[in-house]
Amino acid sequence: MELAKQIGGSVTDGLAYLGALASLGGRAAYFAFVGPFAGKPLRLQRAISQAMQAGVRALPILSLITFFIGLILALQSAYELRKFGALNYVASAVAISMTRELGPLITAIVVIGRSGSAFAAEIGTMKVTEEIDALETMAINPIHFLVTPKFLAMMVMLPCLTIWANSMGVLGGALFGVAQADFTWVRYIQASLDALFLRDIVTGLIKSVMFGITITAVGCHEGLSTGAGAEQVGRSTTRAVVVSIFLVILVDLIFTALFFFVSER
Amino acid sequence: MDQGSHVAIQSEAMISLRNLRVSYGQREILHGISFDVMRGETLVILGGSGSGKSTLLRTLVGLERPDSGEIWLKGKNLAAISESEMDEIRKKIGMSFQGGALFGSMTVGENVALPLREHTKLEDSTIEIILRLKLGQVGLSGFESYMPSQLSGGMRKRAAVARALAMDPEILFFDEPSAGLDPIIAAGVDELILDLKKAFHMTIIVVTHELASAFLIADRIVLIDKGNVIATGAREEMRSSTHPRVRQFLDRIAEPEVSQELDYLQMLTEDNRPGR
Repeated sequence: MELAKQIGGSVTDGLAYLGALASLGGRAAYFAFVGPFAGKPLRLQRAISQAMQAGVRALPILSLITFFIGLILALQSAYELRKFGALNYVASAVAISMTRELGPLITAIVVIGRSGSAFAAEIGTMKVTEEIDALETMAINPIHFLVTPKFLAMMVMLPCLTIWANSMGVLGGALFGVAQADFTWVRYIQASLDALFLRDIVTGLIKSVMFGITITAVGCHEGLSTGAGAEQVGRSTTRAVVVSIFLVILVDLIFTALFFFVSER
Repeated sequence: MDQGSHVAIQSEAMISLRNLRVSYGQREILHGISFDVMRGETLVILGGSGSGKSTLLRTLVGLERPDSGEIWLKGKNLAAISESEMDEIRKKIGMSFQGGALFGSMTVGENVALPLREHTKLEDSTIEIILRLKLGQVGLSGFESYMPSQLSGGMRKRAAVARALAMDPEILFFDEPSAGLDPIIAAGVDELILDLKKAFHMTIIVVTHELASAFLIADRIVLIDKGNVIATGAREEMRSSTHPRVRQFLDRIAEPEVSQELDYLQMLTEDNRPGR
């Protein structure tokens, strides 16, 4: 009885949390798509600077990580493939697992670490120092001012970063292919491209847009619900990272399943 | 010229509060507050920690919604208007927060210019001029390009006042203007409030627990205790009051601890965080 009560409580809490995220996303979307026609201009400048911060500045670390991931994938798949003397399939194995799954996912994880946490910390600090209240008393909507630009930036930058991550992953795989599997660079990349269908790339990119929305919603929501006191900012930041990772994986599962059953027909 | 400050105070009420009740969750903080703020006067809302004075201020600027009661400002009841109507009112009021609440990622100049950029279609050059003017009024000329983190506490508070003044508000609100400042700097901020009153005949509402500051700047004082107004009046009336709680507050007599036990227990068991 007690257990059922607890499970019920957690489920209700979880749904309430998702509801809060959806409500935040909805309000941000209002200012992105309806606001400009209702005399509330888009803050492109802020969106662009957010995109620089969340996107362009993430390139070095993302490149390094996904290059290694590509290399690891090549090594792991080669371990199995060489038993069948099928090392030339390394290229397609790496290309498909990068574009369909690991490119979007690793990008999302890196962006959670860099930007999701930063959103929560930035907005949380503003909450604690009454800057959010100050915006409201100046008749500036905090969602319009702070959250919408972040959504726009992330929805554009995550797919871009993912494309970049996919290419770096393929390059990482190519390093193994050239060193160990008698590929030349050009042949390896050709083999990767041949293995890919447009569908693989597009499903990965759709997922990455959803990841961008999830990460922004969680980061901003955690920031906005920060309580009083500096230590609460730390709590919000931690929660933003943990919840984002969980929800990104959940969204990943939902969309992967969706694509699986849709492509069956 | 000596009646200058008196001329500004007319009998017309700028803000009228009627039986205002505000709660955080289950806990009622303000239990039916009523008083008027006259046009052009400086009204100090005085009260101890946890008296509800900050909640009252937050309600006046529309950051909290009252449960019941009325706040009349410019012919509108703030307790019952829509968010967009409230935004129109907010453009005519200025608020200086306790810690300044300047945006840390913007320079002082950008902070002050922000409401102008958001709500007016003024040219950048015009905004630049207004910006210099406002910073001059608070004694911060030449600090446009500083970041808030490079300013001292007192300067930050002045910069916040400049930002509150940017839209030429009719009413200016101050939350604890001397909190966290040393006595000399705090006196400077009091001086600034007096200057603003003299220069613009603005209606100024100050929330504080500092007695010295309150008696220096106030035309009238409203004393709040445990969510109720226990006294209102001019400085002299307050000083000569015989109300026991007023005397206790003004004479700084410590609370006998025993009577607080139940309140303290209640405070521990209920969610009463302000600003949540």
